[in-house]
Amino acid sequence: MSGVNEQQRDYVLRTVEERGIRLVRLWFTDVLGNLKSFAISPAEMENAMNDGMSFDGSSIDGYSRVQESDVLAIPDANTFEVLPWVDPKGAEARVFCDIAHLDGTPFDGDPRQVLRRNLDRSRKAGYSFYVAPDMEYFYFAPPVAGQQPELLDEGGFFDLTSTDIASSLRKETIRTLETMSIPVEYSFHEDAPSQHEIDLRHTDALAMADSVMTFRFVVKEIAALHNVHATFMPKPLEKIQGSGMHLHLSLFTGEDNAFHSFDDPYNLSTTAKQFMAGLLRHATEITAVTNQTVNSYKRLVPGFEAPVHVSWARNNRSGLIRVPIPKRQNESATRIEYRSPDPACNPYLAFSVILAAGLRGIEEGYELPAEADANLFEMDDAMLAKLGIAQLPQSLSEALRAMEGSSLVAEALGDHIFEWFLRNKRNEWRDYKTHISQFELGRYLRSL
Amino acid sequence: MTHQSSYNSAGDLVDSMVVVFPSPPPVDLARTLDLAGYRWKAVTSGAEAAKNEPTEGWAGAIVMCDDDPEGGWALCRSLRKRDAPVQRVLVMVTGAQLPDMELRDDLFDDFCLAPFHPRELEARLRHLFWTELSGKLEALVEYGGLVLNLETYQASFGGQPLDLTYMEYELLKFLAQNPGKVLSRETLLSRVWGYEYFGGARTVDVHIRRLRAKLGEEHANLIQTVRSVGYRFGQSKWSV
Repeated sequence: MSGVNEQQRDYVLRTVEERGIRLVRLWFTDVLGNLKSFAISPAEMENAMNDGMSFDGSSIDGYSRVQESDVLAIPDANTFEVLPWVDPKGAEARVFCDIAHLDGTPFDGDPRQVLRRNLDRSRKAGYSFYVAPDMEYFYFAPPVAGQQPELLDEGGFFDLTSTDIASSLRKETIRTLETMSIPVEYSFHEDAPSQHEIDLRHTDALAMADSVMTFRFVVKEIAALHNVHATFMPKPLEKIQGSGMHLHLSLFTGEDNAFHSFDDPYNLSTTAKQFMAGLLRHATEITAVTNQTVNSYKRLVPGFEAPVHVSWARNNRSGLIRVPIPKRQNESATRIEYRSPDPACNPYLAFSVILAAGLRGIEEGYELPAEADANLFEMDDAMLAKLGIAQLPQSLSEALRAMEGSSLVAEALGDHIFEWFLRNKRNEWRDYKTHISQFELGRYLRSL
Repeated sequence: MTHQSSYNSAGDLVDSMVVVFPSPPPVDLARTLDLAGYRWKAVTSGAEAAKNEPTEGWAGAIVMCDDDPEGGWALCRSLRKRDAPVQRVLVMVTGAQLPDMELRDDLFDDFCLAPFHPRELEARLRHLFWTELSGKLEALVEYGGLVLNLETYQASFGGQPLDLTYMEYELLKFLAQNPGKVLSRETLLSRVWGYEYFGGARTVDVHIRRLRAKLGEEHANLIQTVRSVGYRFGQSKWSV
């Protein structure tokens, strides 16, 4: 163990003691991207950091194995943080964990370990992967089973002060995020009623995946404290735009932005173009991971600024990849924006497959297709085919079929998660397919 | 030449061991140590130093940074950045390497120019081992309303506790220990993270942004951005 780790451990243990922490929550993530947690007493913390805490993994989605269901949660001392919203008298802290087999080797069902493995590959190629997500979500009244979600902004729930409450919720959320090492770049009320957007400042991908997990937790927790329901469901309302999680991506080599070039009219380096080409070529294969619910595909339709076609452009928000114009003379801001993912994905797995697709483009020297700056929604299929522009999968079923045949995704996720994910999601699709919807009853029951 | 082994400091040192880098050490270094009566063990890395450490700990260290500065400084780091830091660390650098020592004052107690003069080295060692706990550090770092307690690792601003992650704490500590100086990203990365971190130089920006957020709007300007260079903590020495 290196000296720094020892001091880090000491730092955590002293903080637990000095701040009178009564519970330490060990956080980790299941394969579907749900935050899981169990709490230990401060007395157990030293043990946990030395040897990990063992628990039965068979109850966690995607961790199940026929044999040896016990796994270890090993705290990542770097992520230790006192939770800001709990009563100081009963202070609590949280720490993210890596999951390992009892012999200490990485557990291949742990999404965080999957992202670590992919980042290792990228590092060996000389790149640090940076991500900044734009997080969109809705505030609703607490949901009632079987009923339409009730908007806050339309007055029904909060009378005259609804917009004030939504924006004060957002402010409180941002303050909490900032005290938890998650700086916010911008925040605003989105076009849709009750919809909000909070843009996070870029960090390396592992820290960002942790931040996305914390973000979803904080947003929901603070809303719940005020009897409001926050949701990251991709498309909760039929005629209103859904919630996306646009990802601003860049690769750095040391202090230099590997995506930036002074010689290119768009300031994009060859590396950036090859990365984009990789993303475009493998986009359909990775969509099941970046958009993992049945509902995700109701967001990816024309007319709502969500991407439908596999294309890129400098400033066309209907494209899958947008190249934002960075502030003048700020080369570190050169980046690409990948627009299909939604905030209901598992960020560890989504970042993994996106990185794998981009790196493949660099390794194989893919050629970037021509920019599609026209409005693609106005073109018919023949025209799109002529331009060689494909569509993103139209349903979870299509996306799974594209993923199934992808060696790139299988390699990025590892066999364990790849197979479990496909099995689990096929079941979800089957349940959906056999469901008789209101749409069908309304349309067919009388007339047929 | 007369080397009097009776100078080898306090009696308790007779049984204790000094760690030496590199391995094998240059012949003249080995000879100087032997003649002066030090018991020593040469190592190639921090890991090897940890493996061979006597139960009572290393009595001191002599680290030659002239041929392998990276390895030498890494060893110094690993000897210092731990629960019970090794006291009495002497480094040797060439004249051209003198700037390497800047902002690494916490990593060594004395230095000697390489190539060294055996009698100078012996005199320095004698003094180093004579001075009890020469590397003792200040327990509190204070700047304005900011207080860092290096013993308990706790930070506070205006009496309110600041909750920091480990790396945020280390960065703030380093900044507060070097107020008024302009520090490049490269310097911060090598002195605070020690290169072994994989996030790259942008990591520094990420952590600065987090610290500013935690210090709060009114104190965020305690850490200033110095355009295209890096950062400065507190007031510049030259500003009014």
